[in-house]
Amino acid sequence: MGKTIVEKILGKLSGKDVSAGDLVVAPIDYAMAHDGTAPLAIKAFMEMGGERVWNPSRIIFIIDHVSPSTSIGTSNLHKLMRDFARKHGIKLYDVGSGICHQIMVEDGYVKPGYIILGADSHTCTYGALGAFSTGIGSTEMASVFLSGKLWFKVPETIKITIMDEPPSWIMGKDIILNIIGALGSDGATYKAIEFDGSVIKKLSISDRLTICNMVVEMGAKAGIIKPDEKTKSFLGDNLGRIDIVEPDKDAEYADEYLVGVSGLEPQVAKPSKVDDVTSVTEVEGIEIDQVFIGSCTNGRIEDLRAAARILKGRKVKDGVRLLVIPASRKIYLKALNEDLIKVFLEAGGAVYSPGCGPCMGGHIGILGDDEICISTSNRNFAGRMGSPKAKIYLASPLTAAASAITGKITDPRRFL
Amino acid sequence: MSEGLLKGRAWKFGDSVSTDDIIAGRYKFKTLNMKELAKHAMENIRPGFADQVKPGDIMVAGWNFGCGSSREQAPRVLKELGISCIIAKSFARIFYRNSITIGLPLIECPEAVDRIDEGDEVEVILDEGVVRNLSKKLEFKAKPYPDFLLKILREGGLIKYVKKFGRLPW
Ligand code: SF4
Repeated sequence: MGKTIVEKILGKLSGKDVSAGDLVVAPIDYAMAHDGTAPLAIKAFMEMGGERVWNPSRIIFIIDHVSPSTSIGTSNLHKLMRDFARKHGIKLYDVGSGICHQIMVEDGYVKPGYIILGADSHTCTYGALGAFSTGIGSTEMASVFLSGKLWFKVPETIKITIMDEPPSWIMGKDIILNIIGALGSDGATYKAIEFDGSVIKKLSISDRLTICNMVVEMGAKAGIIKPDEKTKSFLGDNLGRIDIVEPDKDAEYADEYLVGVSGLEPQVAKPSKVDDVTSVTEVEGIEIDQVFIGSCTNGRIEDLRAAARILKGRKVKDGVRLLVIPASRKIYLKALNEDLIKVFLEAGGAVYSPGCGPCMGGHIGILGDDEICISTSNRNFAGRMGSPKAKIYLASPLTAAASAITGKITDPRRFL
Repeated sequence: MSEGLLKGRAWKFGDSVSTDDIIAGRYKFKTLNMKELAKHAMENIRPGFADQVKPGDIMVAGWNFGCGSSREQAPRVLKELGISCIIAKSFARIFYRNSITIGLPLIECPEAVDRIDEGDEVEVILDEGVVRNLSKKLEFKAKPYPDFLLKILREGGLIKYVKKFGRLPW
């Protein structure tokens, strides 16, 4: 029987011939933890009697969630991370570097065929480059610090083929929101999702990252895209020796779906469920208080360009606040050089230093009672961005930017 | 918990209880003190939960319990409050792994969830995967754990396991 990409990666690295359902122990290529999860992992590591980490050059720490710190408690946790990193020789990306997932991809830690674990649920993002990557908790991360290995149940795989002629305005976000709406928030629990099809081939790496980023919103363990020429040119010099893994023709899938995108309209997830997805035309006109453009889902340069395309020469509606947060320092610099930051500021927006920002309600941009936000991030649970009474709509950067101008949820095609 | 028998009163929840519902993200960045964090457990969807729950109590929920973030603080605060077990129709995978790792047993059993009401006395025999609704005199069978996970649970979590045996179970 043929194998899926994930079966091949887990098989190769665990040194066994494996199929979905098998329990394996596999070595890890990189382990990542951030300020929301590393402190607890450090504590667990010490409680387990850990003295030395398995390989400091394979562990990455990133301070991005509440960055810079806004309280003494948080500062002390950041300090714990810095001290631990220094002591063990672990690379730490400090305040302003960017969001963990963006840094992992941008700084070349992610390569096809790798197994990467992050103490963060959106670690599944890296599958866009053909790696097997998934999220774990802090204590398991501590055990990875100790041993460089972890147990996995080899997941079944769902194959999603995305086809047709995509509309010119379409973004990865519209596609993945549409799929989440169809499969539901537990539609892929414990499973991996392989994305394929002519549309995937056309999409930029940025859009592919957006798509894999949100597979966890369907409960999936990993999202994965077979590497191609675009992947290779994205990785460029950093390619080195890599392992392009492709699925067998007769691979066995738990389910196979065909998704057509030609008739798709811009998609929006309604509060407070990620799978309550509809076309923007169904929710147009709903008044908003805040617009957030950023996060590991949609804070890349392509996203900022898309938003700027709409905001250029226009003004954010009075009474609405627009927050823009580039996902990394490198993106911020690019956006500066391309005059995108100027566009956002001239439009009346506020641009913040790279990090997670309001995405999980940790600090800046917290919503008050009954406020409504349209966000390019990935979760809209009640209370995610502040008050449990606030409402969050999720959409693409184009839709969010269009909404900032009118002060209401708006179809971006009006401005294109 | 050595024989794996758990017993307590049921607290019932619906589908898709998220880690933000269990403990909101804004709290976890400030402290590693689970006692402090536990005061806010479930406050968005069940105000007063942290004060009313009793050691041994069992949570019973629908599909996809624990969806959302990887925060281990979610199962940890529930354990801190004395929750002895969670029975749900299904669990989100990171929550599932985290719970076992910290020694909080979970049982996936849709049939049992449908026949347990808030306040029922519930008993779980972990080693055998048996769930009993003592109030309604019903018994259900769930899939038992693979051996190495059961061992972690028996020791009260991965940290205690490593402390005792000086190595990881895998
Ligand atoms: S941007 Fe949001 S979803 Fe992404 S890592 Fe940060 S908090 Fe998590």
